[in-house]
Order: sequence, then C-alpha cells, then structure tokens
Amino acid sequence: MKAAITQDEVKKIASLANLGLNEEELKRFPSQFNKTLEVVDQLNEIETKNVSETAQVTGLTNVWREDEIDKDRTLSQLEALDQAKESHEGYFVVPRIIE
Amino acid sequence: MVKLLHQLSVGEIREAYLNGELTCVGLVEHLLKRIDRHNPKLNIFLSMNDRAMEEAMEVDEQIAIEGHRIWDEKPLLGIPIAVKDNFLTKGMVTTASSKVLESYRPHYESTVTQKLKDAGAIIIGKTNMDAWAHGSSTETSQFGPTLNPWDTSRLPGGSSGGSAAAVAAELVPLAIGSETAGSIRQPAAWCGVVGLKPTYGRVSRYGVIAMASSTDSPGVLSRNVDDAALVFKVVAGHDPKDATSSPTPLSHMDFNKEDLKGIKIGIVKEYLGEGVSETAKEAVMKAAGKVKELGATVEEVSLLDPRYAIGVYTILQRSEVSSNLARFDGIRYGNGRENFGEESKRRIMLGTYALSAGYYDAYYKKALKVRTEIVKEFEKVFKEYDLLIGPVSPGPALKVGSTKNQPMFGEIEDRLVEASSIAGLPGISVPMGFENDMPLGLQITGKQFDEEKVMQAAKLFQEHTDYQHFPKLNDDAD
Repeated sequence: MKAAITQDEVKKIASLANLGLNEEELKRFPSQFNKTLEVVDQLNEIETKNVSETAQVTGLTNVWREDEIDKDRTLSQLEALDQAKESHEGYFVVPRIIE
Repeated sequence: MVKLLHQLSVGEIREAYLNGELTCVGLVEHLLKRIDRHNPKLNIFLSMNDRAMEEAMEVDEQIAIEGHRIWDEKPLLGIPIAVKDNFLTKGMVTTASSKVLESYRPHYESTVTQKLKDAGAIIIGKTNMDAWAHGSSTETSQFGPTLNPWDTSRLPGGSSGGSAAAVAAELVPLAIGSETAGSIRQPAAWCGVVGLKPTYGRVSRYGVIAMASSTDSPGVLSRNVDDAALVFKVVAGHDPKDATSSPTPLSHMDFNKEDLKGIKIGIVKEYLGEGVSETAKEAVMKAAGKVKELGATVEEVSLLDPRYAIGVYTILQRSEVSSNLARFDGIRYGNGRENFGEESKRRIMLGTYALSAGYYDAYYKKALKVRTEIVKEFEKVFKEYDLLIGPVSPGPALKVGSTKNQPMFGEIEDRLVEASSIAGLPGISVPMGFENDMPLGLQITGKQFDEEKVMQAAKLFQEHTDYQHFPKLNDDAD
C-alpha cells in the first residue's frame, strides 16, 4: 500500500482525531508520516492470505461478571464533577455542537 | 564493608528492621534527603508522597506491636517504592508526564498500587516517563527528560526511565514501571538495573493510563532478581476489574535451583545482527558461555527479522493509542487536547489514519495477522527451547537530544524486544557488562506465564557474574 500523505490528508486526520495543528506541524508531519508508513509497508513482504488475526494474546473471550452494582467502583455525582472545566447544576458543560 | 542505607536490597532492609538495626523512619528520612540532593539535577521524581514520613512512623509502630509475623501478612512492609506516573494513585497527582493531566487528581486507585499499599509498601513518589509512555528515552516527557545516573549527558531510556533511574541512583530500592514494547526492559538495560516485564495479563492494568491495551504490562525495576520476584508475587494475579487479566495461577517460585541443567536456551541470531554494537554482541556470547557453565544447553535459533515486529508494533500501538487517548477531552477532567506534545499528536494521528475507512484492512488487520505469525513462531520455538537470550538494546544509553526529529526512534531502539511484547511473553533485563562505562542489559525471555524459569535463570546469572553495580553520584556526601 504505497500511500504518500499530503498536507490535506494530515489536516483531515487531525480533524478526525480532534487535534489542532499549527502551520509548522502541518509542514513537518507529512514527511514524518511517510517515513513511518515506509517502515510499516514492509509488512507486505509477509504472506498472510490465510492467516487469522490476533487482537490479544490472553486466549480469553467474553469475560462476564454479575450485573450488580459495586459501590467501591462508582463515583458520586460530586466526585465525577470535581475536576470538570465547567459544570452546571450537576451536569458537565460541553462545547456547543448544535446551533 | 558496611552498606549505606540506600544500598540495601529489600531482603536486607527487612533483616535490618527485624534486628532493630533500622527504623522505617530512619530509612525514609535518609532516602528523602538523598532525593532532595539529587532529584533537581536528575529529574526522576515528578511528585512526592507528602505522607511518606507519617506512613513510616505507622510502620515502625506496627513492627513494634506485631513483630516478625507481620511480614507474612505484609511482605513489603516498610519498603520504600517509586511508582511510574501512569499508575493512578489517589491523593497524589498523576500526570503520565503530560500537560493534559498536569493537575489531575485520580478518582480511583490502580490495582497495582492498592496491592502494594495493602502489602505495606510506602510509595515515595511518582516517577517521570515519556509522555503517555510514547517513547523509549523519557525525552518526550513534557516536564523535562530524566538524566541517566551513570552519565548525566545521557538518557535513561524509556518510557519507564524515571523508575529505572530511581533504582540506579539508589533513591529507592524498588520501582514500578510498565512496558508496552521495551519500556521496562530497555531503561533497565540503559540504567544497569533488573527490569521484569511479566506475561501480558499477569498484572492488572486497572488504573494504569492506557497506551496499547493489548500489550501494556505493569512490571518491576529492582536491584536484584529476588526483589523483583517479591514484588511480582504481590502485584500479579487475576483482577476482576481487568477483563484481560489472566486466571492462570502463579507457580510456586522458590528459586532454589543451583544450576541450569536440563534448560535449553536459544540465542536469537537476528538479535545479534546489523546495528547491534560489537561490545553488546560479545557480552551476549559471554553470557551464553556463563549459562553453559551453569549447565544449560545453548544453541542459535532464528526468528522473524525484527523489522517486521517494528511494523506490527508501530501500527498496533498507534491504533490503540488513538482510541485510548480519545477520552482526554479536557471537559470532564484535565486540560484540552491542544496540550498534547508533538510525539503524542503524531502517534494519535497515525493511529487514526490506520484505523480509518479504506485503510483499516491494509494496516490494522494486516498487523494483526503478522502478529499471529509472530505468536505462532514463538510457540514453535518454545516447544524446543525453555528460554531465549539476546541483547535488550542495540547499544548503551544514547545522549540527551538523540530523539529530536526521529519519529521512529522508539520503535527502532526497541526492535529486539518488540516481538516478545507483541506476543505477550515474560521477559527480564539483567546487567551483562559495560560499553564505554555504560551498562548493557541481557534479555531473557520465556514462554507465556513462565516467569519462574525466566527469573530462575536471571537470578543464577546474576549470582555467578559481577555486573550489578550502581554509579557514584556527584556531590555524594555518603
């Protein structure tokens, strides 16, 4: 997969990742990305047509617990809000996203 | 020669407490003075536990009242320990060395630190790291790099650089670190201490600020293997709060073997290839000779070229990071996303790219498939061999500034340990010699859940060699 990332794509990715980039970073990132992707592209040298994926190596699947509240692991409303940038009557205040 | 207080191992501290030769208050006071003296230059600790002396007094009371028996209940009673700043510690700010979490006060305690506290340990402070663990140098910390106690113009390695340096500088006898691909073993090698990375799933990740969730492994940095084993026994074990923690029971682990007869060890040919220093290669061959002397059979084995592990790790880590760091919105806690440093931004973005529509198959799925190949290859090798050895790092610690403008620095530095991390295997770094007066580390890797064999071999290697030293710090009054 030979992809050369452009500044436009970097802008798009940054917006998807909710990250702001300054002019300098916008200039520098494309070539750094491309260097990284070159290294990653080497993976294509390995044949994996009939190979399954390994997402994690524990061998565990579907670990269950009882549907019971463990008070030790819940935060009170006050605790949850205590480091919020802005809160209002027990709610987190978030940036406006709907006009 | 009488040992100074900061030169004592955990076993020696315990003995001194029992013999009444030492009080916990005396030890903690001594270490705090030492930290005061050396931390401004070395930048190892980001924050200190201001209750440490109080806790030390409580320990002395407990010992006075309960005597010897208390150590059966609390195996780390009165042992000062440093903790990497990506473990949530209630009551102490936890930052992951990032400006995003500069004043974050954890809402809950990590399982590892809870277990340490329950075992009686005294957390002395939180150590510096690469920001979000994104690095292999501690140079990406947003609070300045930690300096290598052996040579302060050099880096301690990373991302658990602060923890490794804390033990090397003898500011604490033990430290907790975490490894995703090299972050315990590499700084251990660069700082000349023991670094244990347990099998993935052995030690709970609950309360550890997530980097790559499928490989993150909390572990230990220590002065010797026995101390690492002691902490491992305390922190390992199934945790219902971490769905990836393994129910596999710990083996007995008494380490009383006197030789390595019957053990078959493979030297990985590809770990002695291009880019690895001649001194490191010679040290590994010398180590191979030593384990042979101890009765092991040693043969050369061949594994997949490390550059494929670099590719897999690069994709997996950045993809998982992009997901894990999405939660830091600066709304519910912490500062906004504009506070992420350059390295972190790069990693988040590359991960976002690798997971995005149109690229997911080519990158993420492909990496997962190559991961399967790596896992299968190790399974095959471990059918015939008990342990694998090689250098941890291609050379000794590099100079401060080495990571500037090097977007793939970490991955390339860690290429000799990435494969074993990707496969979740247990590994240890033990000192194996020096290059230009800087320590070198030997990696000993075992099959899944086989920490016992890994540590047994490491312990015997240390006992029959003399590479475990500690640097003389400048302005050392004692």
